[in-house]
Amino acid sequence: MINKIGKANLEVFADTLLNEAKNNRNIVAVTSDSRGSGKLVNFGKELPHQIIEVGIAEQNLVGVCAGLAAAGKKVFGVSPSSFLTARSLEQIKNDIAYSNQPVVLVGISAGISYGSLGATHHSIHDFAVLRTINNITIVSPADNFESSEVIKKSLNYDKPLFIRYGKKPTLNLHKEGQKFEIGKAIIINQGEEIAFIATGETVQRAYLASQILKEQGLNATVISMHTIKPFDKDTFLEAISNAKVLISLEEHSVYGGLGEMCASIIAQEKININFKILGIPDEYMINGSQSEVLDYYDMEPKKLSRLAKIMIDK
Amino acid sequence: MENNHSKKKSLEYRKTLLEIIYKSGAGHTGGGLSCIDILNVLYNNILDITPENFHSFNRNRYIQSKGHCVEALYTILCDKGFFARDELNTLNQFNSHFIGHPTRKINGIEHNTGALGHGLSVAVGMALAYKMDKKKFKVFTLLGDGELSEGSIWEACSSASKYKLDNLVVIIDRNNLQITGGTEEVNPIEPIANKFKSFGFHIKEIDGHDLELLDKNLSSTPFEKNKPNLIIANTIKGKGVSFIENIVSWHHRVPTDEEFTNAINEINIEIAKYD
Repeated sequence: MINKIGKANLEVFADTLLNEAKNNRNIVAVTSDSRGSGKLVNFGKELPHQIIEVGIAEQNLVGVCAGLAAAGKKVFGVSPSSFLTARSLEQIKNDIAYSNQPVVLVGISAGISYGSLGATHHSIHDFAVLRTINNITIVSPADNFESSEVIKKSLNYDKPLFIRYGKKPTLNLHKEGQKFEIGKAIIINQGEEIAFIATGETVQRAYLASQILKEQGLNATVISMHTIKPFDKDTFLEAISNAKVLISLEEHSVYGGLGEMCASIIAQEKININFKILGIPDEYMINGSQSEVLDYYDMEPKKLSRLAKIMIDK
Repeated sequence: MENNHSKKKSLEYRKTLLEIIYKSGAGHTGGGLSCIDILNVLYNNILDITPENFHSFNRNRYIQSKGHCVEALYTILCDKGFFARDELNTLNQFNSHFIGHPTRKINGIEHNTGALGHGLSVAVGMALAYKMDKKKFKVFTLLGDGELSEGSIWEACSSASKYKLDNLVVIIDRNNLQITGGTEEVNPIEPIANKFKSFGFHIKEIDGHDLELLDKNLSSTPFEKNKPNLIIANTIKGKGVSFIENIVSWHHRVPTDEEFTNAINEINIEIAKYD
């Protein structure tokens, strides 16, 4: 039901994959000692012949995924986004993207999901590095619906695909009957002068900010840009066409992610809009839980609503 | 195996390799000449990979992990009818798909390689897929010796052994040289056999230019049930051209006009022995 707290997106991913794999023996999950954190323990128990465990060896994980796919398997490589997209970046670039193997790489516990485990475990670089790799799609689902849909759609997706999941329960954001397509942004609410664009687990924060503004008589646009690449420029431009203020949110560095993608379009399309990029700044990141850190970096819903109002008055 | 026919083929392949490197102005001459006999035996006697079956999932596989020696692979694939010589002659030219490392844009190329230490993991994935589907096909991969310094090689060995991939055949082109100098000076990789043995491989060490030995060993895998196979092929970098053999700089040197003529003359003398 809309606006109720759902499950963790990661759990929805694992449940969806297990259900699909039960009916499709060609589906293979590959893990790097990550089946626990990837919620794939049941998958391993129920489908032991459809899971490959390479141990703590992310580079090998990606190469093995490429080989399995080249031999006809539908492969899901599941590993913490932090390690998957940094340590094995060259394998992603060459063995998956450049070699055009339609592997689904699932970056789990992404962003700052690991909270106080620290920077070694955070992946605030993954959008940025993968955006510069040719021929890989990047999806960051916002809620349970998007999380489940992207897995179903990935089964027939014939290109390299990276999906990023956090591990905290998320708010259900979508109305019944909502359609989901990889590469097609979802307008959760079409408003007027204020627009929020967000991706992944920050979409719910934008939505909550819009609810605060609604109580104050302001109808704000909320865009779930679940697909970071290819970027749905048309929906973005249409959704902000009447907006005077745009705020982007992401659980990622302010460099190279959603915000800078928006900035690039705004600049090149000569759009006159008061724009703010929110994310993790280039500093020694403050310690805390995911929620505390996002709040600290101005992505707390009340702060967001105040910021929007300040920006509209400027 | 028609021994003389195969030997002559190797010589002709050496000529083609030198011609395309000379004409295109770039290429990995030394390593190409060290592995060409291995490729000759693989493609003519072992793999049964043809333009007709290449797009099927049901066939053997070959991944050239030492991607920089792509000219040797192009030479063989051209001979096997994957593309015409005219196309190959566009090597390194603007807008040609024939580039200095294997790319799947070229018919017959299995996987894009070039960054070292990648091919073995991909081969492991393919071999795993065949095991999962109970298919009898084998996966062959050629590694350079300098490449063994890459840590990812050893990650892949671990999985090959864990999953008992006796359908995986790893060949090391052991020519003892890499771009900076001798492999044992740059970063010692010995004892190769013991290292792979401890990772659970069954190892054979042979002369990598002896076509009969290559054929005998490559056609007798698995060497041992449930164990991945390793062939250490002892080779000579630059093999077949006297002034290129065992010279470090020929890793990626291109022959001058005079050197090219002399090299072709040397090979022609050898070819004449089989006419």
